[in-house]
Amino acid sequence: MYRNRLLLLTLALLACALAYLFTGVKGSLEFALMFRGKKLAALLLIGAAQAVAAVMFQTISGNRILTPAIMGFDALYVLILTAAVVALGAPAYQQLDPGLLMLTNATLMCAAAVMLFGLLLRKGQGDLMRMLLTGVVLAVMLRSITGLLQRVIDPSEYAVVQAASFARFSRAETDLLGVSALLCCGALGLAWRMRHRLDVLALGPVASTSLGEPPLRGQRRALLLISVLVAVSTALVGPVAFFGLLVSALTYLVLPTYRHAILLPGSALISGVILVGGQWALERVFAFTTPLSVVVEFLGGVVFLLLLMKGLKR
Amino acid sequence: MIEVQNLSHDIHGAPILRDISVTVPKGGVTALVGPNGAGKSTLLSLMARLIPRQQGRITVDELVVGESDDKDLARRLAILPQTVHAASRLTVRDLVGFGRYPYHRGRPTPDDRAMVEDGMRLFDLLPLAERSLDTLSGGQRQRAFVAMTYVQDTDYLLLDEPLNNLDLAASRALMARLRDLADNKDRTVIIVLHDINFATAYADRVLVMKEGRLCADGAPQDVITETLIQSVFETDAPLRTVEGRPVVMV
Amino acid sequence: MSRTALGVLALSLLFVGSLFVGATPLSPMDVTTPEARALIWDSRLPRAFAVVLTGASLAIAGQIMQLIARNRFVEPMTAGTGQSAMLGLLVVSVCLPAASVGLKMALSAFAALIGSIGFFAITRRLPPEEPLLVPLVGIVYGGVIGSAAVYIGFQLDMLQYIDIWLTGEFSGTMRGRYELLWIAGLAAVLSYLVADQFSILGLGETVSLNLGLNYRQVVLSGLVVISVVTGLTVVTVGAIPFIGLVVPNLVSRLVGDNLRRSLPLTAMAGAGLVLASDIFARLVVHPFEVPVATVIGIIGAAVFLWMLYGRAQHVS
Repeated sequence: MYRNRLLLLTLALLACALAYLFTGVKGSLEFALMFRGKKLAALLLIGAAQAVAAVMFQTISGNRILTPAIMGFDALYVLILTAAVVALGAPAYQQLDPGLLMLTNATLMCAAAVMLFGLLLRKGQGDLMRMLLTGVVLAVMLRSITGLLQRVIDPSEYAVVQAASFARFSRAETDLLGVSALLCCGALGLAWRMRHRLDVLALGPVASTSLGEPPLRGQRRALLLISVLVAVSTALVGPVAFFGLLVSALTYLVLPTYRHAILLPGSALISGVILVGGQWALERVFAFTTPLSVVVEFLGGVVFLLLLMKGLKR
Repeated sequence: MIEVQNLSHDIHGAPILRDISVTVPKGGVTALVGPNGAGKSTLLSLMARLIPRQQGRITVDELVVGESDDKDLARRLAILPQTVHAASRLTVRDLVGFGRYPYHRGRPTPDDRAMVEDGMRLFDLLPLAERSLDTLSGGQRQRAFVAMTYVQDTDYLLLDEPLNNLDLAASRALMARLRDLADNKDRTVIIVLHDINFATAYADRVLVMKEGRLCADGAPQDVITETLIQSVFETDAPLRTVEGRPVVMV
Repeated sequence: MSRTALGVLALSLLFVGSLFVGATPLSPMDVTTPEARALIWDSRLPRAFAVVLTGASLAIAGQIMQLIARNRFVEPMTAGTGQSAMLGLLVVSVCLPAASVGLKMALSAFAALIGSIGFFAITRRLPPEEPLLVPLVGIVYGGVIGSAAVYIGFQLDMLQYIDIWLTGEFSGTMRGRYELLWIAGLAAVLSYLVADQFSILGLGETVSLNLGLNYRQVVLSGLVVISVVTGLTVVTVGAIPFIGLVVPNLVSRLVGDNLRRSLPLTAMAGAGLVLASDIFARLVVHPFEVPVATVIGIIGAAVFLWMLYGRAQHVS
């Protein structure tokens, strides 16, 4: 039954992608396809990265309302980026190869995230409330430190950082596509290999220890993958707070199963449909200028509140 | 045989266990009893590697807890924790099925499936097989978790206060089943119990703990005396002997 | 020396000290010159007052909000009240561009009130055994309202205003531009008069009704205080996070939850924290300055984390 749903989702995503590529082409079809193809690829990467990162994080933290974005993962990435600009100076920074920079940033991000969030998951074990608050507060703190650094550097440097601090799906940084695709696909592949372990980790630390799957090791590996995925997505479009939440909530609704063999691809597909379909609708149908991120944030929040209220009534 | 040597444990500087050495041979039901805060759950959790060991050494047969591979330990020893909560979307069959994970690592064989069905039959879970956990009563959920631990097919079964959410009938049924596992399936059961009367009724051996130390160890009729109740639990409940075993009058 | 006296002393020192920190150098020796007097009178003193009023009233608003929500982890700036004030202000600026500052503030506070009522309408339905849901719902709720504001701002090319309202700072404060904050201060003082009733609110609706309290009316008056304070703060200086969260929590650890005793201390600690942060904000990249909201974002977060982890070690 879930297989059919996955198939349907795949078809829906294909339809959205085709619509996005071929509707409303003015002028050279070839040029339009090139241009749109890159954007489409970026949207798909972001979608898959955000969705899989959110689902994995919810599994290892044992709840369905925390996402990497809420816990401050993307804030951490922006901070690392800002710190790099401050340390190197904007001119030197801009001369470096963007792909190499992204690799370095992603590596730093992994190290920092495993240290910070690994500690958090260990300390907050079984105390979800404390973990949640810590994450939210940490996110504010990281953003504030970034803000402080941005005030300290001069305006020309600020412009470099600013590009990464605001989410714009329509203006994804397509130059980074190659490296991003590499990192993202690698991380997604490893996540797929972890699917059975994730099923067990979802049972909680005690049960997974008892079943021979030490939770700390699994958490650390998942955190590494999540960091890579968030780094890729943030580098491409900037931070998107509630998108992961929206996608994971919808995933559990459409695919009510615990099996990550279904959840991981399912969430990536759903997220692709939302991003590609949404971008297509905004660009071609409504001719809106509003960035999709704002709409997604709004819808994501509303859907979340509705789900919560509905879930509570049951 | 589980061997605990010179085990001490602190939590935030407060000593929870102090230099405990004890050996639990293979087979039989061993009950851990003692007042609140005696360190029973900590001892059990350390045996099951749920919390990292600080001082001392624990071995399960030839495996050293904390050093041996987790997959090997998971086939030797299973634990049922005090509070069980898990992703509620699981059905009973899913949950019990996870008991076989240490063997198949995500790819169940027909044998694994057969064992799961067997475990569900043994614990009367077949009628509930497709129900999701959050629709079950506390007792039913507890039974599903016990079945999962059973299906894990380990020589050693550790249970931390499994009677907490159960009524009298369910408690007796669970204890009888554990007794049966020990007598007929050659399993070793170590169980933390609050109610001493359950311990004297079903256990072959009781380990009495107080303030992080082991203060008595032996067969229930030898160990549980009025003096022990007074010194360990600090209450003067009279003790009667009924049909050859001690019963605490509450 | 009593805690109160100590607090008053520390606060006075900070207050006086803050007068001599800023882009234009000014030392205590020069106060007799007319330029220095003008500087103090027009800029430094109003700024110090604005800081104290904001800090004290935000801390009190946070305390009241926590009692109404019966949850220690909510505060107006992260639970939709601040964002509602911002949205209201944006709508007023668009629809009635000619409106006076007073009218804008009133309407913004009104929007904040509606936003808070919405928040409590949602949280009342949350199960009490899941306290973590309350701050989480607040954050998402605030995010939804905030993104509605960003949407409007984006459509009308007013994003820079939103940026200003989002990060509170005092650099633009001078005589004639902050005085409405005294109303926020007044609201905070008035709340002291009914402190006992707010304390009882913290025990829940059943206890409140049992003690003969008009529960709805007290809740509503509490919400009015919160909204007025938040609305005025957002309009005059912009949003400042964490004050309403960190200060009441710290004070309640020190002196407990009886508002009659804790409220003055809460007000002083709030004022002191914002004053110290504002002084730091003026010094860190002197002669430029950093928004105080940024500084408090860091300090407040650090204090909060310390509260969560540093103390818990001893308790368990």
